[in-house]
Amino acid sequence: INTYRTSSNQLCSSKVFIQRHYSSGTICKFQTKFPSELESRIDEQQFEETIQTLNNLYAEAEKLGGKSYLEGCLASLTAYTIFLCMETHYEKVLKKIARYIKDQNEKIYAPRGLLLTDPIERGLRVVEITIFEDRSIGSGR
Amino acid sequence: MKNCEYQQIDPQALPTPTPTPQPHHGNDTEKKKEPRRPRRKWEVFPGKNRFYCDGRIIVARQSGVLPLTLGLILVTSGLFFIFDCPFLVKHLTSCIPVIGGVLFVFVLITLLQTSFTDPGILPRATPDEAADIEKQIDNTGNTSYRPPPRTKEVLINQQVVKLKYCFTCKMFRPPRTSHCSLCDNCVERFDHHCPWVGNCVGKRNYRFFYTFIVSLSFLTAFIFGCVTTHLALRAQGGKGLVFALQESPGSAVELVICFFSVWSILGLSGFHTYLVASNLTTNEDIKGSWSGKSGEDVTNPYSHKNIFINCCSVLCAPMPPSLIDRRGFLPADESAQTGSADIELPTLAAKSEINVCTQGTKGLLESAALSPLLSTSCPQGKPQNAHSCPETSPALNSDPTSEFSKGCRGNHTSSSHGDTSRPRHTKARSKKCRREALHIPNPAFDVPVSPTSPDAAPDSKARSHKGGSLTPLH
Repeated sequence: INTYRTSSNQLCSSKVFIQRHYSSGTICKFQTKFPSELESRIDEQQFEETIQTLNNLYAEAEKLGGKSYLEGCLASLTAYTIFLCMETHYEKVLKKIARYIKDQNEKIYAPRGLLLTDPIERGLRVVEITIFEDRSIGSGR
Repeated sequence: MKNCEYQQIDPQALPTPTPTPQPHHGNDTEKKKEPRRPRRKWEVFPGKNRFYCDGRIIVARQSGVLPLTLGLILVTSGLFFIFDCPFLVKHLTSCIPVIGGVLFVFVLITLLQTSFTDPGILPRATPDEAADIEKQIDNTGNTSYRPPPRTKEVLINQQVVKLKYCFTCKMFRPPRTSHCSLCDNCVERFDHHCPWVGNCVGKRNYRFFYTFIVSLSFLTAFIFGCVTTHLALRAQGGKGLVFALQESPGSAVELVICFFSVWSILGLSGFHTYLVASNLTTNEDIKGSWSGKSGEDVTNPYSHKNIFINCCSVLCAPMPPSLIDRRGFLPADESAQTGSADIELPTLAAKSEINVCTQGTKGLLESAALSPLLSTSCPQGKPQNAHSCPETSPALNSDPTSEFSKGCRGNHTSSSHGDTSRPRHTKARSKKCRREALHIPNPAFDVPVSPTSPDAAPDSKARSHKGGSLTPLH
């Protein structure tokens, strides 16, 4: 955890990591357990809703269904060369996820001094939440 | 701190110590000489991989016997088209080269895809994540800074699965992930490292690998059949096999190659078809993870209990993205200042935006222990931070100096070039870390800090360039 102790208006940050949840197998899913460091900052319900939506989006990306099977079969017939020119279903959903996170940051997290990092930038290992503390006017820890 | 840096580098770099203004000069020319080319993340990738076409192609460091595989396929197919096809077209049907051609193209494309695709490499944990995980474990009572081997148990589909901690990548491996020692990477759904294709086979390229071996078995069997037919036709009329071989020597070579390879390739295809149908990896099968030999009732928790669904989930699932972002750009500062010494630093995460100076977690934790006030991830960078945040309390300055000079001295004792560059770029990195941390909230906040950091940055950059410019002069 990064903590800088400064005497005037410095913005310092610490990080909370939401780990992966493996009870359903290898699909990408994050734990919805509310971390204690966020208790003073955001509603538990709000946080859970964000994580749950992310989990649903990742499930949609990895979903096995008629459409993905068709895509996979057609790809195999072309010796998978269509992957070189086509955007895959997963990539489309990842863009959706990036938009969702940006939206959440702008509307909900930034006003509370928090920042969500897109899990894809952390290799889908964690959801990194940076907690900013404004030390001006004597506030903060 | 400025003086510290000079004192460490001077004796080795120059016969006489240089006065302050001169390095500024040298620094400017150095800056002009070094174009600020933005570097891509693959250039600082910590694993043992090689990259081509500016990061588009990834292979393992040891190409294994990939050239041999390619050579055998090209030679055999070439001989087939040259020696056997004309005869067979004349005597049988012209479909033969067409089928052969399609199979050959399939084999070649899938082979290259298997070899050049990222198998599902997991990027290493950022220092913050690593510290977070280590902290959790320390809280359970272990006060040592050297993490003991440990596993974490999770329940997957009512089956207990042990997740191991990877010391190289500093994270708990997801299920079915294994660390390949040849490539020095954790690979998701690790199947095996195949020397024939010169790459690991994992989640992302398993379907290419499977298509490769299946089409290769068809191709080998097809060529074997065609060559046998060809020789049989030539040997007709009492002419004999020897005569036939003399007329078409290429066929002899093909016969030998195909005869010896068709069994193993067919066997491999059959084995992998079984694995696909039961949603297993070679790694799990060899270790017997789900075979229940320990007497317990263990079943494969990942299997869908249906052969068709298993096959589809392995071969036709949505193609997962590459997690290592090879062609992404590093933040501009790091591109300019980091040199080849980067690759020696083992804990660099390729994808980390907030890249920090690291000398291993032990180093981080040691410095954290020394100065509890300071950040655990930027111990060496504190002097820079002190400069970039002029309002920092004076208490901080004394600690970093002693710590930094300790770090300097440590670097100084090893080889000159590689290590004198380290304080330079570790300082730059940590300064970058600090600035990145400041920049991130900018869109969201109006931070008065941002004007100060660009001011401080050129100074600190100049200082770190000075350090760098001294070394080549000797």
